[in-house]
Amino acid sequence: MPGARLSRRLVVGAGAGALLLPLGGGAWAAAAEGGPRRLIVILLRGAVDGLNVVVPYAEPAYYAARPTIAVGRPGTPDGALPLDERFALHPALASLMPLWRDGGLAFLHAAGSPDPSRSHFEAQRYVENGTPGRSTTADGWMNRLLQALPGPRGPTDAISIGPTLPRILIGRAPVANLPLGPRAVEPAPVDGPQLAAAFDRLYAGASVLDRAYREGRSARSELIGALAREQQIADAGAPPPSSFARRATQLARLIAGDPRIRLAFVALGGWDTHVDQGGAEGRLANRLRPLGEGLAALARGLGGIWPDTVIVVLSEFGRTVHENGDRGTDHGHGNVIWVAGGAVRGRRVYGDWPGLAPAQLHERRDLAVTTDFRAVLSAILRQHLSLDGRRLDAVFPGAPASGAGLAKLLTT
Amino acid sequence: MARRSAGILAAASLLLLLLPMRANAIDSDSQVLHVLNRLAFGPTFDDFSYVKTVGVDRYIAEQLDPANIAEPVELRFRVAQLDTLGLGAAELRQLYGPLRPVAGVKPSLDDIKAQQQRASVVFREAEEARVLRAVLSRRQLEQVMVNFWFNHFNIFAGEGLDRIWVGNYEERAIRPYALGRFRDLLFAVAKHPAMLVYLDNTRNSASARGGEDRLNENFAREVMELHTLGADGGYTQGDVETLARVFTGWRVSPADSGELPGVAAVFEGAYHDYRPKVFLGRKLQAPGKQEGEEALDILASSPQTAHHIAFELAQYFVADAPPPGLVDRLAARFLATAGDIRQVLRTLFDSPEFWAGAGQKYKTPYEFVISAVRAAGAPVNNPRPLLAWIARLGMPLYGCETPDGYKNTAEAWLSPDATMQRIAFAAAFARGAVPVAMDRDGGLAALAAYRPAAADPKRLEAIFGSTLTPETRTVVDAAAPKERAALILGSPDFMRR
Repeated sequence: MPGARLSRRLVVGAGAGALLLPLGGGAWAAAAEGGPRRLIVILLRGAVDGLNVVVPYAEPAYYAARPTIAVGRPGTPDGALPLDERFALHPALASLMPLWRDGGLAFLHAAGSPDPSRSHFEAQRYVENGTPGRSTTADGWMNRLLQALPGPRGPTDAISIGPTLPRILIGRAPVANLPLGPRAVEPAPVDGPQLAAAFDRLYAGASVLDRAYREGRSARSELIGALAREQQIADAGAPPPSSFARRATQLARLIAGDPRIRLAFVALGGWDTHVDQGGAEGRLANRLRPLGEGLAALARGLGGIWPDTVIVVLSEFGRTVHENGDRGTDHGHGNVIWVAGGAVRGRRVYGDWPGLAPAQLHERRDLAVTTDFRAVLSAILRQHLSLDGRRLDAVFPGAPASGAGLAKLLTT
Repeated sequence: MARRSAGILAAASLLLLLLPMRANAIDSDSQVLHVLNRLAFGPTFDDFSYVKTVGVDRYIAEQLDPANIAEPVELRFRVAQLDTLGLGAAELRQLYGPLRPVAGVKPSLDDIKAQQQRASVVFREAEEARVLRAVLSRRQLEQVMVNFWFNHFNIFAGEGLDRIWVGNYEERAIRPYALGRFRDLLFAVAKHPAMLVYLDNTRNSASARGGEDRLNENFAREVMELHTLGADGGYTQGDVETLARVFTGWRVSPADSGELPGVAAVFEGAYHDYRPKVFLGRKLQAPGKQEGEEALDILASSPQTAHHIAFELAQYFVADAPPPGLVDRLAARFLATAGDIRQVLRTLFDSPEFWAGAGQKYKTPYEFVISAVRAAGAPVNNPRPLLAWIARLGMPLYGCETPDGYKNTAEAWLSPDATMQRIAFAAAFARGAVPVAMDRDGGLAALAAYRPAAADPKRLEAIFGSTLTPETRTVVDAAAPKERAALILGSPDFMRR
């Protein structure tokens, strides 16, 4: 991504030896002038196996616990791609290595929820409502975040990709959803201005249905037209290699083309690898590969606004350290959170690594959680979206403060 | 059989005419609509007229006893044409399952593809049977409950052999018990090979011969969390592991099993953990296969299960956040009748809460599409376009990947774009652009002869005319006649049930 991070970092020198230095206060002003800050959240539903995503290859216990599904040490055939002296990336995510080397990608290991639930449904509810242990919270934290952002609210400030609205975005502030994919750019739902006008009158009231109608109508008229025009141009080239990459490219175009979009959410399923998970190849690899390509496509597509965008990838919990009898893994606890963006102090693995020795594990079976997922998100909200303590508390009520280790997650 | 029950029905109708009218025999249109919106997938013109004639009480009583409702000839004829629907799980695997090596020679890639192509008919027929029954059946409550229980005991058709087993699962494990005893339903589901495959119990085994256990907790966890006790049902991780051990040996037979060629789900003692177990604080007494049945019996009769099922029924039939008092009464009824679903539903339909909640439920995509077709009275010669629309609205049939199944709450389905898409469907359907009436088997001649038939607004007026909200009424009246059907089907009124 040459030149992608220019607005927040100064390029000193030229050519292959170009040096990237973080700037002081001046960079903030430049970025603020550059455009609105965006946050994209990608939720991997089903609990991705974080220990095989960011592999703790320096831990003999990792290899002892996973005789058939461990990812090999860096340098071995099909081995993991080294990140630092402790961790390495799953080889199916090779498409992310340029981003990593460029400093636009970081990981935070042993993160998760303080709630010990191993139920997908409970744990996803907590990741989405932002109040672990409290299932009655009716709205989602991204909706509360939208309310906490300054400025007038429009219907396309936050968008979710998919035919339904996820819990994370439900709440008082208006949001839009779009089922991206081959059908995304189909024409308006109703032919004929007369019928459309009649529907406008049918949904002129104040109920939730009326509100949904009006938000949907303006989202379509504001977003789809532009997307359709761009797609005609873009699809002249080869289509992206996977359906997620295609949707990611569409999403990037939407966001890059519309400064009103501040928040975006995508959920991806299929991570519940109880059986035949595989190591360097296999089920998990086959899911990771399109995800990595999609993220790379997203970063590329965001182009000029990459410095103003942060992408977070997380999952409801991690998976057992030990592989089970079916060469898979069961529901666990701690996991890895991915953070990407032009302003990310990347190329490092954050977090307090608790270790994998039996006594270091959560309930003697799972990676322990040493960083609350809300602490990671709060750090991003504070440093990237300039939320103060009061607003942070409205988004994540009662959440622990992010520790010093995360104070410089971003180059603000 | 069907003719006889039709005769009984006719005689009963005649008898009704001779009896003095009940004081409230003439129910208001809104009550009639409410009952058809909840016990059925919305009104057809015929059902609406019928319930107006016989009254809601009688309709409810009839729906609770579906065996005595004669199905329309058209439905019986169409379902009878679906050849694979009657096949057993083992037969399906034998005829349509993956090819196996013959004399050590692996099948070629072309042969494998050809077999997959051949097998696709099984899934297609399962989908079509479901939609045809939902639209055409007069046993509407049974169809509603099949849909309800399928989501409660969800399996995903994308999971291995479940592609060819999902229809059989619904026919053999769900439909016969949809209004029966919960215990029987739970047993049928837990012993169906499609469920054992979907929740990985085929991979859950202990080794009695000193080797390593290969436990898989998935099935055990979901049986408690989703099927019976509920997430807050008071069990521990220890109970999950114990139940996983209880279910070791509940497996799917090998495809070439000579021992029990007609059975796909089997208990294999060699994989079972025979050690004594304490489950939910109780020492299990029965050995082997009966141990799993004993555990299921404990779960089926638990007060937590009663409460969980009562909550879900009240949520489906009354409100997204059902009144706690009603849930408690239904749970008590569940316990008092040993989980008799019919009795619990009877209590539910008798409750003031049921009658107070009219129009409060937001339809799922499935309910929305099916109810539009029923209301418009369109002939369904081809259900494929309906399946495509249901999928496009985010709810592909048999396509929910996670074991919690599709929700029926507004939170799950109400979204800005969903509203647009539903209106798009209403508009397309009303002008005849969803070609459900086209005869698929008529070839090019049928294609050439096909003319889109617009939905008749008069028919919709006859059903909904007296109950539309004033706002909708005003807009519909002001519209050109050819736009009225789209407006009624796309109205806020029709989004709810």
